Amino acid sequence: MGGGGGRPSLRRGAAFRSFRTGTRYPRWLLLLAVVVTVLVLLPVVFLLWQASHAGWGTIWPLIFRNLTWTLLLNTIELGVIVTCCSAVIAVSAAWLIERTNLPLRRFWRAVVVLPLAIPDFVIGYTWLSLTPAVHGLFGASLVMTLGLYPLVYLPVAAALRRTDSSLYEVARSLGHGRLRALLRTVLPQIRAALFGGCLMVLLALLAEYGAFEILRFQTFTTEIFTEFNLGINTAAASALSLVLVVLSVLVVGAELAMTRSVAVRAGRPAGGVRRYRLGWGVLPSLLFMAALVGLGVGVPVSTLVYWLTQPADLIGVAPIPLLGAAGYTLMYSFLAAVVATVAAFPVAYLAVRHPGRLSRVLERLGYLVQGLPGLVIALSLVFFAVRLVYPLYQSPTLLVIAYSVMFFPMALISLRASLVQLPRRFFDTARSLGCSPVAALLRVTIPLAAPGIAASVALVFLSAVTELTATLLLVPTGVQTLATAFWAYQTQVSYATASRYAAVIVVIAVIPGVFLSRWLDPSRSSSGRGASLRSFVRGITRGGRP
Amino acid sequence: MMALSVSDVYKSYGETPVLRGVTLSVAPGSLTAILGASGAGKTTMLRVIAGFEAADAGTIELGGLVVDGGRPRRRVPPERRHIGFVPQDGALFPHLTVHGNVAFGLPRAQRHGPFVDELLELVGLSPFAARYPHELSGGQQQRVAIARALAPRPRLVLLDEPFAALDASLRAAVRAEVLGALTAVGTTAVLVTHDQDEALSVADYVAVLRDGVITQEGPPREVYSAPADPWTAGFLGTANILPGTIAAPDGVRTVLGRHELRHAGQLTDAAEEVSVLIRPEQIALHPVHAAGATLTGKVMETRYHGHDALIVVDVAEAGHLQVRALGGEQAAPGDEVAIEVSGPVTAWPAQGSV
Repeated sequence: MGGGGGRPSLRRGAAFRSFRTGTRYPRWLLLLAVVVTVLVLLPVVFLLWQASHAGWGTIWPLIFRNLTWTLLLNTIELGVIVTCCSAVIAVSAAWLIERTNLPLRRFWRAVVVLPLAIPDFVIGYTWLSLTPAVHGLFGASLVMTLGLYPLVYLPVAAALRRTDSSLYEVARSLGHGRLRALLRTVLPQIRAALFGGCLMVLLALLAEYGAFEILRFQTFTTEIFTEFNLGINTAAASALSLVLVVLSVLVVGAELAMTRSVAVRAGRPAGGVRRYRLGWGVLPSLLFMAALVGLGVGVPVSTLVYWLTQPADLIGVAPIPLLGAAGYTLMYSFLAAVVATVAAFPVAYLAVRHPGRLSRVLERLGYLVQGLPGLVIALSLVFFAVRLVYPLYQSPTLLVIAYSVMFFPMALISLRASLVQLPRRFFDTARSLGCSPVAALLRVTIPLAAPGIAASVALVFLSAVTELTATLLLVPTGVQTLATAFWAYQTQVSYATASRYAAVIVVIAVIPGVFLSRWLDPSRSSSGRGASLRSFVRGITRGGRP
Repeated sequence: MMALSVSDVYKSYGETPVLRGVTLSVAPGSLTAILGASGAGKTTMLRVIAGFEAADAGTIELGGLVVDGGRPRRRVPPERRHIGFVPQDGALFPHLTVHGNVAFGLPRAQRHGPFVDELLELVGLSPFAARYPHELSGGQQQRVAIARALAPRPRLVLLDEPFAALDASLRAAVRAEVLGALTAVGTTAVLVTHDQDEALSVADYVAVLRDGVITQEGPPREVYSAPADPWTAGFLGTANILPGTIAAPDGVRTVLGRHELRHAGQLTDAAEEVSVLIRPEQIALHPVHAAGATLTGKVMETRYHGHDALIVVDVAEAGHLQVRALGGEQAAPGDEVAIEVSGPVTAWPAQGSV
């Protein structure tokens, strides 16, 4: 027993000192995470650089002009209307599906989230092609509500599934009426999910461009795009971009400030689920669901199908090969999905395995990217390429970089969620069986995180396929993707031709969408996430179906 | 040379000290149990030995080689310590079959050799080689976990409460199989547990860990009958602790009579006042009219356990005494009984708190 004795008090002092310097991070992992975070945040640097390039003396008056106030007013009006409508619709639908004996629940549950797979610019186009009456504030509110309510529905439905109906019953037994019991027991449990979903809606509204352009509704994005296209007025574009980024970052800040711990609880509520009996209220409930799905899915899909059956109407635009466009879309989206997932892995891994102040800051900075609208990221990359690396301008690399940065937070969220579920014991056990840290990562952690990695790839891929704004700005010379081809025909009012490209986008987006929703479906994992994780992993490693 | 020696190891998480100068030696080929209540630092101690955590101070040696310690501090990473680890729930890799799990720690060339099959045979799981962990019962999972830990022929196996999550009905059988496998291979093992029955019945050597310090160590019989202090006595089993005085040369006197000390001379220079440990099984109950019955009491309560019963007897001078009787013996509350104490006792200098 060598090395014993000594002065323990002094040694304990040494231990405390090493604690004060913070968590010990593996050096190579930390380096990777820092590099990734810096790269992902570069667009902000470019944006500021761009603004200072134009000169702050030019920028300030551009920010405080009447146009800004008009745009701000438009944005606020639209934000209030769409968020309130989405909240009401989403909570009603989620309650009917998760908490009542509504007939055809499985069907409603599957179709009510479908608008997520249809890009908002496609929804806007189908409505406008139906009737020109859908435009301006009314049109934008209608289209965006129908396109974005699933962002509120999904977290609220998940929260409702977790709530215990025995709480409601206890409230009733304590003398509360139906409504009061609902408001006092169920509402508090879904409040965080509802608020979080509404913030997501606001964020999507701030970043949207295509739908507003189609519906002739003036917001920051449409105005920035116009300024940029009109002789590349970078000063005005960057002034408005700054305002837009400040607004978005405020929303993301509110989202990050919310306690995330609420969402961590999972699994079946202990008290079981007893569904509320609708009685004859079943008829209005069914009507509501039918109207929602009819407007949100039925109208866009049937309009799209109608235009598909019409002969192509090429007016003054050279024909763009559909297969070629689809190929480019698939390639860029898939590359971006892989790049974003690979880049997010070290940050997610560091945050989960080595929690500490620094890893938390890196993770938060990663989420902050959500506050950068695609348009702003694309513009700052254009500026960067034009000023510094001209060969990158309008190259596939720059487009893939833009997608990867835009959807980096999504990759981070999915990877984090799956890594958190992996007990540390697996990694430790592998180490004790002779694996180096890297070998343990490759042989245990990554195979077990496969579902999260797949979800991350699918999510980024889906988002990139339906992306329009950044694509319009960054698409390589001589290349047309599905989104840019659709846009080209749509602006020429060649609705029938445009529908071909939109339909392919929707079909491509639906496939990972179905995959994702099946994977995230609570009814499939209710037998214990462990079991479903295992069967899923087995499916992947054996090449069979999960 | 000791298989494992832990000297004066300190470990704290942030401001919370967990290990506060732990010292322990483990002989080659032995099974040592570290017994402690939850929060005593048992799991941390195993994690420091395995190398998942770094000790803040102190030295850990494996077979004479320093794996954590020295100056400047040298730390061998877990994968080069050759220590098998069996966590509480087994932690079988869910993406691998039973065979894949057991072969995990072997070099690539040996993964499909006969050795894995031999190990599966050893734990009686050959028919389950192609199954996935979730298709096994809890007991089978633990047996796979031990086979996996033994596969790379470790110098030492650490078991972190491996039977705690099993049903009581299964526990004994799984324990016997797992420890049988350890014995068959002849590995040195350290078992962490909070279950004193488990520690006393299976280990060659027991170390009691309390608040990050080993308060006592020794063979199970020694630790049980001569605990280092009243807390340990109570932790290891039911204890009657009575005030007494020294009765020279090697005895103590309590209200129950004069008792021989287990370790004569233990209290030579101690104070007159002592605390005396009398285990419930050292007390026998007799009918009051039996010959030579001098001390009597009244049965207050009986707790029947099937194989035996714990009977609480109120003795006027001594308060409530706990007595263990075989299950067949009958005593009903209210009965008058005579009391007889047998065997040597353990005593400590009385302290205000006792």
